Amino acid sequence: MTAELPLDPAVVAEARRLAAKAAQPVVDIARSHTTVSVERATLRLAGLTGADPDGIPWVNRLADAVQEQVGIEHGIALPVFHALKDFPDLERLAHAAAAGGVRFALPTGGDKQTARARAQAAVLHGFDRIDQSRSRRDALVAEIGDPPQRPWIYLIVATGDIYEDIPQAQAAAKAGADVIAVIRSTGQSLLDYVPEGATREGFAGTYATGENFRLMRAALDETSREVGRYIRLTNYASGLCMPEIAALAGMHRLDMMLNDSMYGILFRDINPIRTFVDQRFSRQVHARAGIIINTGEDNYLTTADAVDAAHTVTVSQLLNERFAHEAGLPDPLLGLGHAFEINPEVPESFRLELAHALLARQLFPDAPLKWMPPTKHMTGDVFRGNLLDGFFNLAGVMTGQSILLVGMMTEAVVTPWLSDRDIALQNVRYVLSACAGLAEDFYPPKDGFIANRANQVLGEAVDLLGRIVDDGLLNAIADGTFGIMKRPADGGRGLDGVAKRAEDYWNPAAAILDGDHA
Amino acid sequence: MSRIIRPYGDTTGDGMVQLSFTLPVPHDKRAEGAALQLAAKMGLDGAMLVHAKPIGDGYTFFVVYGASTHLVNLDEVKVVEKDYPHLSPKEVNDAIREKLGRKLCVVGACIGTDAHTVGIDAILNIKGVAGEKGLEYYRELRVVNLGAQVAVPDLVNRAVDEEADAVLVSQVVTQKDAHLHNTREMAAAFREALPPGKRPLLVVGGPRFDEGAATELGVDRIFTRGTTPSDVASYLVHRLVTMKESV
Repeated sequence: MTAELPLDPAVVAEARRLAAKAAQPVVDIARSHTTVSVERATLRLAGLTGADPDGIPWVNRLADAVQEQVGIEHGIALPVFHALKDFPDLERLAHAAAAGGVRFALPTGGDKQTARARAQAAVLHGFDRIDQSRSRRDALVAEIGDPPQRPWIYLIVATGDIYEDIPQAQAAAKAGADVIAVIRSTGQSLLDYVPEGATREGFAGTYATGENFRLMRAALDETSREVGRYIRLTNYASGLCMPEIAALAGMHRLDMMLNDSMYGILFRDINPIRTFVDQRFSRQVHARAGIIINTGEDNYLTTADAVDAAHTVTVSQLLNERFAHEAGLPDPLLGLGHAFEINPEVPESFRLELAHALLARQLFPDAPLKWMPPTKHMTGDVFRGNLLDGFFNLAGVMTGQSILLVGMMTEAVVTPWLSDRDIALQNVRYVLSACAGLAEDFYPPKDGFIANRANQVLGEAVDLLGRIVDDGLLNAIADGTFGIMKRPADGGRGLDGVAKRAEDYWNPAAAILDGDHA
Repeated sequence: MSRIIRPYGDTTGDGMVQLSFTLPVPHDKRAEGAALQLAAKMGLDGAMLVHAKPIGDGYTFFVVYGASTHLVNLDEVKVVEKDYPHLSPKEVNDAIREKLGRKLCVVGACIGTDAHTVGIDAILNIKGVAGEKGLEYYRELRVVNLGAQVAVPDLVNRAVDEEADAVLVSQVVTQKDAHLHNTREMAAAFREALPPGKRPLLVVGGPRFDEGAATELGVDRIFTRGTTPSDVASYLVHRLVTMKESV
C-alpha cells in the first residue's frame, strides 16, 4: 500500500486520451512501413543463424541480397522462401545469395501459395521457441519462487567478456540482486547487425548476441536454484537492430528488456520512422514472450533539468504506455522508468522526488515501475554519493517502486568495482530492512507540498500532451521537446533501411503478431 | 606557510590518510596481515586496519588508516596554469563582435564508439552545467553539435564545410585507452586534411585526460573534470580572438 494523491480522475483520463491521440499517427506509420531489421528478425524467427567469415550475420547477407533485387516493401519472406525451393536450408541459400548466385523474385500463383506455406511454417517454429521459453519461465518461477520483497533489486554487470560477466552476475545474485542487466558494448546500438556467438571483448559493456544470452541465462538458472529465487536477466532491445534482439531475447528466455519508444531517436540519433516501426514489432515480440519492458524516461532527466522537465517524464510514460498497449503489452509487463535526478542543492529536493515518484506510482498502479538512481549529480565525492543513494533507496521504498536499479557511489568515476557493488547493496538492504512497511505510515496531506507538486506536474503534462497533439509527435521530437534533443523525421541513422509497405506486403511474423491481439 | 607538506588528519604533520581496497583472498588472519603489509609497502606508517569484510567468494574488503611517510614539495608540483583571463558570456560576445566581426563557429562531437554525450552536451547545450548556460547560449558563437559516435572523417568533413574556428571533442569512455587513440586519430586526420593556418583549434575534454598531454596527443588544449562552458568560451576567445589580434 502506498500513499494516495488527490489526483482528479478526469484530468488523468484526459491525459490518457491525449496520449492515445498523439500516438495514433505514429502507430499508423509503424503499421504501414517495414524495415530491414523487421525483415531480418523474421528470418531469425525462421531459424537462420550464423555469420560469414567477416562476422556479418547470414540474415544480413540474405536480406541485403533480396533488398537489392526486389526491395523490402513486399516483405522478404516470399522471395526468400520461393528461392529456397532450390536449396536444402536457409543457411545454404544465404551462402549462395551472398556469393551473388541467386535470382530473387516475387512468386505468383501456386508458387506464391507454396512459398507462403513454407514461410509460415518456418516462422511458427520460432514462435514455438518463444512460447516454450515463456512456459519454462513460468514453470521456474512457480518452482523456485519470486524475490520475497518489492522492489526487486536490479544490478548491472559489464566487463565486455561474457565469461567474466557470468561469475560476476552469479556473485551479484548471491549478494542479493534479483535482476541482472548485462550492459551492452558502447556503440552496439548503431551497428546494423547483431554480432554472432560468444564475445570476449567490448567497450564499457558486452555485446548482445544470441549465444551470450543463452550462456548467461543458463548460468543464472543454476544460481536461481542455489539462492532460491528466480533471477531475472535483462538486456537491451534498442538501436538499429531492436526487432532482431527482441526475437533473440524471446527465444533465449530473457526476462526484461530495455525498450523505449523514443530513446534511440533522442539519444542515438536514429531515424524516428525507423525507430517507431522497429519499436512496434519488438514490443509485439516482447508481449508474446512475456518479457517486461523497461522504458528510458530517466535519460531525459540527465540532459534536461529534473524539476523543470518533470512533466516530460510523465508525458513520455503515458506515450510509452499507449504504444505498449497498442502493441499488446499488458500493464504487468510495463516497466515504465523514472529517476531520482533532482539537483541535491535544490531546497526540498527530496520532497519533490517523493511527489514525482508517487505521481508515477499512482498513474500506473499495475505497472512494475523501474526506479533509477542518481547519476547526473554524482560528482566523484563517493561519500556524498553513498548518502544520495541512501535517499534514493528511501524514496523508492516510501513510494512503492517495483524495480530498483542499485545506485553506485562511484557513478561517473569507474565501472563498479566489486566493493562498490557490495557497499551499494548494503545500502539497499539497510534501507529496505529499516523502512520495511514505512509506506503504510506515509500519508502526505491532501493539500500539502507533495500533493500540490504532483498535481502541478500532471497539469503540465496534460498541457504538453495537448501541444503535441496539435503539433504532431514527430514535429515535437524535431523541435526538441524531449531531453532537449532536436531530431527531424527525415534525419538520423537507419533511414535507408525503411520502406513503405506495398499493397501486397506480407510478413508471416507480423501477420501472426498482429493476429495475436487483434 | 611551509612549502613541504604531508596529509592532515587532525594534527599538523600527522600525515594521516584513509584507504580502502579489496584483496582476492577469503577473510582470515592472513588476509588482514596481507592488507597491513600492502599498506606498509604503500608508505603508510603504523597502519590501522579498521574494517575487514568478506565480499563474494574469496574476496575481502578493507579500510585502513595510517600515516603517510611521503612528503610533497609544492615548488616541485607541475600543473597547467590557466594562461587566459576568465570572461563572462557578455565579455565573450563583446570580444568576438568587436574584434572578430563575425560569429565564431564551434563544431562539437563525441567521436569513435563513444556514445556518452554528457560532456559535450554540458559544454554545448543551452542547458549547460553547474548553473552556467552552454555555448549555444552565446549569441556570437555558432554551435554545431554532431552528437554521439561521430566517425572522425565525418567530423573533419563537417568542420571543413562549416569553416569551423574550433572543434570540441569529448571522450568519456576510456576502456583500453580508447579516448587517447581516438584523440590521436582525430588530430592526425585534421593535420592531413588541412594546412597549418587553416586548421581549426582542436580542443578535447573528458574526465580521464591528463591536462599536460595536449602536445603529445596533437591537440591545442585538454580540459578535464570540472570544466564549465565559460572556461571553454574564455579559452576560445583567448586563442582565436585576442592572440590572433596581437600577432
